[in-house]
Amino acid sequence: MIGGRAPGEFEGLPGGGSTPPTGDRGSKILAPLKAEGARGVTIAVVSTVVVFGAIVFAVLTSSGWPVIKEAFFDPTIFWDSLSKIMGKFGRNVFIFVVAEIFVLILALILAVMRSLRGPVFTPLRILAAAYTDLFRAVPTILVILLLGFGAPSLQIMGVPHSDIFWAIVALVLVYSAYVAEVYRAGIQSIHPSQVASARALGLSRGKTMRFVVVPQAVRRVLPPLLNDFIGLQKDSALVAVLGYTEALRQAQIISAAEFDFTPYVALALVYIVITIPEARFVDWLVARDQRRRQAAGGV
Amino acid sequence: MAETAALAIEGLHKSFDELEVLKGIDLEVREHEVVCVIGASGSGKSTLLRCINLLEPVNAGRVLIEGEEITARGVDVNRIRQRVGIVFQAFNLFPHMTVLRNVTLGPIEALGWSKADAEALATQLLERFGLADKRDDYPDRLSGGQQQRVAIVRALAMKPDVMLLDEVTSALDPELVAEVLNVIRELAAGGMTMVIATHEMGFARDIAHRVCFLDEGVILEEGAPEQIFSSPREERTQRFLQSIIDAGRM
Repeated sequence: MIGGRAPGEFEGLPGGGSTPPTGDRGSKILAPLKAEGARGVTIAVVSTVVVFGAIVFAVLTSSGWPVIKEAFFDPTIFWDSLSKIMGKFGRNVFIFVVAEIFVLILALILAVMRSLRGPVFTPLRILAAAYTDLFRAVPTILVILLLGFGAPSLQIMGVPHSDIFWAIVALVLVYSAYVAEVYRAGIQSIHPSQVASARALGLSRGKTMRFVVVPQAVRRVLPPLLNDFIGLQKDSALVAVLGYTEALRQAQIISAAEFDFTPYVALALVYIVITIPEARFVDWLVARDQRRRQAAGGV
Repeated sequence: MAETAALAIEGLHKSFDELEVLKGIDLEVREHEVVCVIGASGSGKSTLLRCINLLEPVNAGRVLIEGEEITARGVDVNRIRQRVGIVFQAFNLFPHMTVLRNVTLGPIEALGWSKADAEALATQLLERFGLADKRDDYPDRLSGGQQQRVAIVRALAMKPDVMLLDEVTSALDPELVAEVLNVIRELAAGGMTMVIATHEMGFARDIAHRVCFLDEGVILEEGAPEQIFSSPREERTQRFLQSIIDAGRM
């Protein structure tokens, strides 16, 4: 959970006009220092330098370090492999961006299906629940293998043979099951009085969902949605098992040729570098929404 | 009664599982009439109001709005609710929408008005109730009194035949009660038909044409406010009013 907040916890304080927005969630680790004053800051700096300095010193002077350095942190191989990996990383970006779009749509449909009340909708609820149970249970890599190798072998007319197509389908199937549960938690967190008040205005169930429940639910679950998006992003590397040359497969190839693991480290860094801005972006979105709701308009 | 009642309730029963909350309510409200429902907490005031616009399904009995039975099978509940406005104790504004959007959502999405028409009416209503400068604010930014006034405007924007007010001042700080009560007074003066569940006895005495004392799921006593508040016939009514006086609230 980003910033340690549960969904629904960032409800606005009514009438909190003079309260500053509490959107500064990225710096939670450093926040306690504000209360400590100059002495506290000094202690924090000294203890941090000492502890991290000791760790770095211990690693660099250990007997195994030269070997590790060569196997994992070879600068020449690093720069050489980084450009090749980046060249293929575009394929991962394509996979997870396309998959995410479908995940967000399919998962919302599933969540709404499962949130429908009334006996008529029982089959839809069962269907949605069964789907979630199934695709959350099976390991992602198995679904990719089953579809990636299995589906093209059926040779049905009109069904694509491309492994990348089936890899994306597999990721969409698995991740929409997770994301549906996130949406559903968000939908259930909306107080029934919100529904009552929309229905009291004469809005149908569908319009109540569309205008009142879902918009609030999605806002609440943005941080956990990002969690699953990052998961999906990382799992785009699983497509390598189909023999498709995306970034991980590329790193594997270089690694095997050079007898060196530095390409893997390079790829890990790529993932870290793209994930951090995403986390900050969602923090910013959440903070902006909160700010707008609490302090918007001309006072 | 010669003319059709704006609202008629006949033999209304409502249970939650084993608990029978309403045990046969009969009530008629004429057009332009203001009826206050008083009674202890848990006497069924809120349930009664929620049954009138079908937010709670009823177990037995009938509810008629201007002669049309809304508890009949196959009635379009959405259309009924458009004619019956309700304002809740806890405001229940939509926190992710501006004041203006809160007020125009119903007219646009339920009544099918154009955005321009809905906004024109909303702006006019917000102005009338001193909320014009709040139209672009989000509800969390407003005081409780302002939020409740917006909730009333939101219900009014649907141009309802009947307004139901469910203890609309109970969640407010004392200093904010008056601004909301004044809005309701203005509605009454404008001839709005209203059923008001309230704990504000002074207000009920001022505004009501008729007061109903709800006790253990039945209307135990009803009459003109002067009669109910000065010389209640039923012993339980007397006791209830005495407890209010003892609490210093009348």
